[in-house]
Amino acid sequence: MIVFNQVQKSYQVDGRAIPALHPTDMTIETGEVFGIVGHSGAGKSTLVRLINLLEPPTGGDIVIDGENITRYSAAELRAFRRNVGMIFQHFNLLSSKTVSDNIAFPMKLAGIYSKTEIRSRVQELLDRVGLADHATKYPSQLSGGQKQRVGIARALACRPTILLCDEATSALDPQTTQSVLRLLSEINKELGLTIVLITHEMDVVRRVCDRVAVMDAGRVVEMGAVSDVFLHPKHPTTRDFVFESESIDSQERQEDLQKASGRILRLTFKGESTYQPLLGSVARASGVDFSILSGRIDHIKDTPYGQLTLSLVGGDLESAMTALEAADVHVEVLR
Amino acid sequence: MEALLSNVDWPEIGIASWDTLVMVGMSLLFSVLAGLPIGVLLFLTSKRQLLDQPLAYGVLSFVVNVLRSVPFIILLIVMIPFTVMLIGTSLGVAGAIPPLVAGGAPFFARLVETSLREVDRGIIEATQAMGANVRQIIFGALLPEALPGIIAGITVTAITLVSYAAMSGVIGGGGLGDLAIRFGYQRFQTDVMVITVALLVIFVQVLQMAGDRLVLYFSRK
Repeated sequence: MIVFNQVQKSYQVDGRAIPALHPTDMTIETGEVFGIVGHSGAGKSTLVRLINLLEPPTGGDIVIDGENITRYSAAELRAFRRNVGMIFQHFNLLSSKTVSDNIAFPMKLAGIYSKTEIRSRVQELLDRVGLADHATKYPSQLSGGQKQRVGIARALACRPTILLCDEATSALDPQTTQSVLRLLSEINKELGLTIVLITHEMDVVRRVCDRVAVMDAGRVVEMGAVSDVFLHPKHPTTRDFVFESESIDSQERQEDLQKASGRILRLTFKGESTYQPLLGSVARASGVDFSILSGRIDHIKDTPYGQLTLSLVGGDLESAMTALEAADVHVEVLR
Repeated sequence: MEALLSNVDWPEIGIASWDTLVMVGMSLLFSVLAGLPIGVLLFLTSKRQLLDQPLAYGVLSFVVNVLRSVPFIILLIVMIPFTVMLIGTSLGVAGAIPPLVAGGAPFFARLVETSLREVDRGIIEATQAMGANVRQIIFGALLPEALPGIIAGITVTAITLVSYAAMSGVIGGGGLGDLAIRFGYQRFQTDVMVITVALLVIFVQVLQMAGDRLVLYFSRK
């Protein structure tokens, strides 16, 4: 468990303190995939680097599994960092070392593994990330997705309990992003690893995260289960992110709503209700006519969800809404 | 052919070439041995780097700049008392080596500093995140990553030392430069001058080609 207790960070620029992270309380549970989303400059990079103290905080305590890491000595900190793997947007592999040597590097630095241990662990990791054929290649000979797989294998070498991902998929194309995210999900489940990932893409959060924190201008403005934050965004920044990921800009949305007649409802289906033929039966029973203004059906991590914006005319609106809510559909009246 | 190169004493040229080789070789060795740690320190103590020691950087940088701003011909003369103290003479091949190192080491140190700066900061950060200490970051990540740049730096330093070594002929340093000055310049033996210059050109070409090959061999980018 990672606990932030009034953690803050500011940088000294020309003698003035510029805040990068305002005092923040946050708890990341063991074994969860925790997303931090925000625009560039929102402070998410700083936040993730506080977890392994690449950036020391200027105030507050960071407690990981009961230990206050902010009080660690330099040697304790180095030992602790072996327990925290990290992958990066630009992979940060050593260009002078082969794939195998890159993966072995953290184990060699630790100085507590025998040569045979290192060799068998590297082989195991190469197989795990599907790069067994590329062991003797140099990073420059690999594609972006392969490089990130090497990065992941390297980060896992010393069997960490926490994995930090700094925009790990931002430099990859959509397909490669998918496969890297799938790999992250797999190792999260197989190894029970806590994953903290930062991204500016809500889609990444939707695919792999259990919980998410939304950052804006050095503050966490919204935090919660991904389905809650994603389906019912409250803060304007969160809304921007959600709309962006649906490639709907909010302007367009407003115009659509103005053209429609009658009452406008937004229905959110989650889990099994997504697949039930609910709308038709409710419409028949209540005599309400509907037209669909916008809609989508997708997955949040493994949970299917659907969201429909409808305009409703005539009939018994009250009973329609009651029937929908009874079937576990979240109903919002937009107009 | 005989008439054209009537003044050229080939055995003398052979000895002078060997002397130049020894001067360049020895002074390159010591320049690298002294310049590499200085370059690494310059890099580490500079702003926003691992050690970030503005005072240490300032002092080191000043000393390096002073040595680099003195024209080599002056450095040769200024160094004479130190050279005598160090190895007993300021003449000949041995006497030329201390001033050559004094000129070559700070030059090489700056080249090392620059090539370390070329290493992606992200690699240093990743190595730090693995729990490496400063020594491990230097030997495990920084130097291997900067190796092609450092080899290129050694090549440039070697070539600079060839021209410095030729200059040391002025204070009786020996080698091809000495020959060129004593015979080619002072006795107007143009043929000797042409031969020594040609040999120096060949020497520099060979060094550059060898250096380029090594850089290519160690480049993985």
